[in-house]
Amino acid sequence: MIANTVEVDPSDRVDPLDRTVEELVAQRPKTLSEIDTHYCPGCMHGVAHRLVAEVIDELNIRERTIGVAPVGCSVFAYNYFECDFAVAAHGRAPAMATGLKRVMPDKVIFTYQGDGDLASIGSAEILHAAARGENITVVFVNNAVYGMTGGQMAPTTLVGMKTTSSPYGRDLKMSGAPLKMSELIAQIDGVAFVSRRSLHSPAEIRKAKKAIRRAFEMQLNGQGFSMVELLSSCPTNWDMKPVEALRWIETRMVPVFPLGDFKNSVPKNSVRGV
Amino acid sequence: MPKQLLKGNEAIAEAAIRAGVDAYFGYPITPQTELLEYMAKRMPELGRAFVQAESEVAAINMVYGAACAGKRAMTSSSSPGVSLMQEGLSYIAGSEVPVVLVDVMRGGPGLGNIAPSQADYFQMVKSAGHGDFKPIVLAPATVQEAIDLTGLAFDLAEKYRTIVTLLLDGTLGQMMEPAELPPMRPMPAEMPAWALTGAAGRKKNSILSFRMEAEDLEAHNLHLQQKLAVIADEEVRTYEYMLDDAELIVVGFGTAGRVSQTAVKQARQKGIKVGLLRPITLSPFPDRRLSQLADEARGFLVVEMNAGQMVEDVRLSVGGQAPVKFYGRMGGVVPMPDEILASIARLDQATTKAPPTYKIEGPLVPLTKAHEVTR
Repeated sequence: MIANTVEVDPSDRVDPLDRTVEELVAQRPKTLSEIDTHYCPGCMHGVAHRLVAEVIDELNIRERTIGVAPVGCSVFAYNYFECDFAVAAHGRAPAMATGLKRVMPDKVIFTYQGDGDLASIGSAEILHAAARGENITVVFVNNAVYGMTGGQMAPTTLVGMKTTSSPYGRDLKMSGAPLKMSELIAQIDGVAFVSRRSLHSPAEIRKAKKAIRRAFEMQLNGQGFSMVELLSSCPTNWDMKPVEALRWIETRMVPVFPLGDFKNSVPKNSVRGV
Repeated sequence: MPKQLLKGNEAIAEAAIRAGVDAYFGYPITPQTELLEYMAKRMPELGRAFVQAESEVAAINMVYGAACAGKRAMTSSSSPGVSLMQEGLSYIAGSEVPVVLVDVMRGGPGLGNIAPSQADYFQMVKSAGHGDFKPIVLAPATVQEAIDLTGLAFDLAEKYRTIVTLLLDGTLGQMMEPAELPPMRPMPAEMPAWALTGAAGRKKNSILSFRMEAEDLEAHNLHLQQKLAVIADEEVRTYEYMLDDAELIVVGFGTAGRVSQTAVKQARQKGIKVGLLRPITLSPFPDRRLSQLADEARGFLVVEMNAGQMVEDVRLSVGGQAPVKFYGRMGGVVPMPDEILASIARLDQATTKAPPTYKIEGPLVPLTKAHEVTR
């Protein structure tokens, strides 16, 4: 188990008896802005945002956290998180996060990136940030398509999967096989934690949150690069109903992108927040 | 501080350190690599950030990140590397974070060569990236001037929240000459209010180059243009030599300007009333000064180490009031004073009916080796 190294301000503690049921059960995380999102119905970005926000709240790090948004559907993330945020060029979030972290090592820096952003145009930036053991946290949302531009083939698109730029299904001979970024990054020295989780069921969502928390704790402990890949749905571009899309993650994506921790360093309890 | 024998690239690096640069990110490329190497040694000594990035693309985005934190951040590169940085430069310009870039130009296009060139005037002055923006561009001609302009670059970058580029050719990056370094400046204690330092006790800050609504982006564009107009009013800098009674005016920047000065001196010895205007700021361009000079001047000669780029701006500034001729060498060839002198003499003879009272010594450069165009 990870020792909880985070100091909680006693004034933040509220007697549970003073809270309403709504506050106790479904309180909006402080790190999530009170604003409607632009995400399509059934999209899992909202859930992913909430998990990150809950973890930031629980670790009480909102006031020293800086997020870096990508180009893609989550380009608007800066609007939805109640912490400082930058919007990077397409794929360059890990380089930008490197710049932020190197001049502010006491701050918590995370990137939030999609699969086109991280695994295609930003593949060099993510691999080298990992290779440097950059003490940042990466939340990688993999929904197997380019969402913002209307559902084109991504590096994570499954073989045979139809997209607007692979209308006959992804052809192995023409476009190769999907990139498994978690497996790829896990074998790089300097990487502290890599986990792939899914958002297709409440049970998996709970596991995803645990992984996100662990990733942020790695950074707080100064242990190096941490990444959580989240398998997510895109009902709009997959042309499916939301529930159908979640089932598709479970039955089609999980066999190609197996869930689990690919690298999980022993936590350091003595060092923190370097 | 006493004068020391300093190499251009290293002098700029040390000047940046003394100007308080917090973070340097770069990638090796000739002829600027000494700057990166110098930073690799000095920045860790001082407890400041240094990263050798995986590419120029990553380097400029690391600079972007560090600048978003309100820190003084810089990078350096040369022509092909700067091409890769253009994406990041555009985002930085749109985000209005202060950044200093040193571009030590080499021959092109493509891989070109590693010899000194001014072929990237257009790239930096006219199109440092996509979208409507211009960085401030400073063009030193000596190692001392490179040192002084490095300090100024950080000041201007912060004052206007803009990119400031030091644009020089490989000659200046590589050459050594005596120069004096400034004292070490104190590092600022507080970060600017817009910086991403964590939303502690304040509303969250966002830094982005993104404006979804057309009207919002237009308002942002107008704001950037207004800033450029202020910069054009306040920040034009030139070096002027023997312009008081000059009838002919040579215009050149950086090394081409420096060689031209020798040619102007030689032409004066022959009795030609010629002077030199060497723009120190290429952006903002000294258009008003040139227009003023055009009221009296018989003609202009623009000397560049390229096919004729700044000449377009000179021609726009002169506005047809006097002929504007061009002399240039390309591919890494540095023009010699006698070549420029021959061009000055030809301009003199072309713009007056009186027979020349002097004789030009040395060969006129044949057209196969260099070219002179009148547009």
